[in-house]
Amino acid sequence: MTAALEVQGLHKSFGQLKVLRGIDLEVAEHEVIALIGASGSGKSTLLRCINLLEPIDAGRIVIHGEEITTKGVKVDRIRRRVGIVFQAFNLFPHMRVLDNVTLGPRKVLSMARAASESDATALLERFGLADKAGDYPDQLSGGQQQRVAIVRALAMQPDVLLLDEVTSALDPELVAEVLNVIRELASGGMTMVIATHEMGFARDTANRVCFLDDGRILEQGPPAQMLSDPQQPRTRQFLTRIIEAGRL
Amino acid sequence: MSTVVFFGVLAFIVVNAPGWPRFQEAFLNGPIFEKSLPKLVSKFWVNVQLFLMAEVLILLFGLLLAVLRSLPGPVFFPLRLLATVYVDMFRALPGILVILMLGLGIPALRIEGVPKDEFFYALVVLTLVYSAYVSEVYRAGIESVHPSQAAAARSLGLTQLQTMRYVVVPQAVRRVIPPLLNDFIGLQKDTVLVSYIGVVEIFRETQILSAAEFNFTPYVATALVFVVVTIPLARFTDWLIARERSRRNAGGIRVPSRRGRMFGFLA
Repeated sequence: MTAALEVQGLHKSFGQLKVLRGIDLEVAEHEVIALIGASGSGKSTLLRCINLLEPIDAGRIVIHGEEITTKGVKVDRIRRRVGIVFQAFNLFPHMRVLDNVTLGPRKVLSMARAASESDATALLERFGLADKAGDYPDQLSGGQQQRVAIVRALAMQPDVLLLDEVTSALDPELVAEVLNVIRELASGGMTMVIATHEMGFARDTANRVCFLDDGRILEQGPPAQMLSDPQQPRTRQFLTRIIEAGRL
Repeated sequence: MSTVVFFGVLAFIVVNAPGWPRFQEAFLNGPIFEKSLPKLVSKFWVNVQLFLMAEVLILLFGLLLAVLRSLPGPVFFPLRLLATVYVDMFRALPGILVILMLGLGIPALRIEGVPKDEFFYALVVLTLVYSAYVSEVYRAGIESVHPSQAAAARSLGLTQLQTMRYVVVPQAVRRVIPPLLNDFIGLQKDTVLVSYIGVVEIFRETQILSAAEFNFTPYVATALVFVVVTIPLARFTDWLIARERSRRNAGGIRVPSRRGRMFGFLA
């Protein structure tokens, strides 16, 4: 079986700053990967590269056997297969929730408005947002906004969903509602790569945890082993700090 | 109180100036005012048509220029360059020179099928000149939209142009409505410049009446006409700015129905 997502030898620099120094990652279908690591270790950049929001310097990215980093690939066509949810939600403030969700299906998949709206309404209902369809994003709480952002990405029916520290901008009491949505997606078989600082969530939801350090995947393995018995000193050091901060 | 004193003193000085009676006769002549005002107002209709039609063209052409200048990547470099040169040129040239050169120059070429109507050239020239300024206002708005908005749109698979059309430009336009109205006020007044290429509008009519009566009162009447039209728009612009500011301070709580009415056409 081909992997849902393959990343091989990925390098990315911003000017002199080398952010990714050779990332290799293979994600099977229905697998949930948690990316952990300190700020600046390259988690967000890796996700943005997989979504082709950042041009890469070297390496390959393959989705379901199709290389998306060769020259001449239509990036707009690829992006619709990879959904991304951002730390700061990035909802469109001038559109109602329903229009935020249907914009992609209508303009990219050329769906009729009525069909896209009934799909979107069903998705919003599934995540407890049915009564928010007519609201503008700034009328919602942070947790609701982030759930809408997840629904917006799901409306494109992506093969892979990337989540970039989606709870980091939320008040603590709003984190759970967003994590529950992601847990539900995981149990529904969605292939996901999740950059996160929520170690408890990584432990109970991910199939595999990857520790990023200085632009490389230093260590990876099953969550239980990675979070309780890591092999690399750097990983241990990172986890010690996390435990000291009371986050695990 | 200080205001009353200030204007009181000013009025006293003016009315007691040695030339006041002759000034009154030349500039504030009642009968001439009454006679010229209706003629001026009827010619002002030409200015109104001109600035309303020009404004529509300017808003469209200016937006096109701004979008061209905001397209990223090497593919769009020629378009960006073209738009940049255009905007630089037309902001560098005094408007009156452009009006004279194009308004008199192009008809002089006598190319088949090119209109001879002065009004047409007035419309074209005002559009060319003002679009350069208005495109810069739009561009400021486009650049004020955070890049994460474009990233979110692109990540859904929207193309560069769809991202502009549905995500960036609607937010940008909303933010620059007050400065756009400000340019519109400028345009209203600059419609008098086209009198130099032979359009008989309010200013040309003023000159004609003034010459016929050997009196400057028609100029005062014309000034009054502009003040009456322009000041309400200036007040409206300030009101919009104040409303926008208070809304932002209130944490961005908005009235959806109004926004739906004003911007629904963009969605």
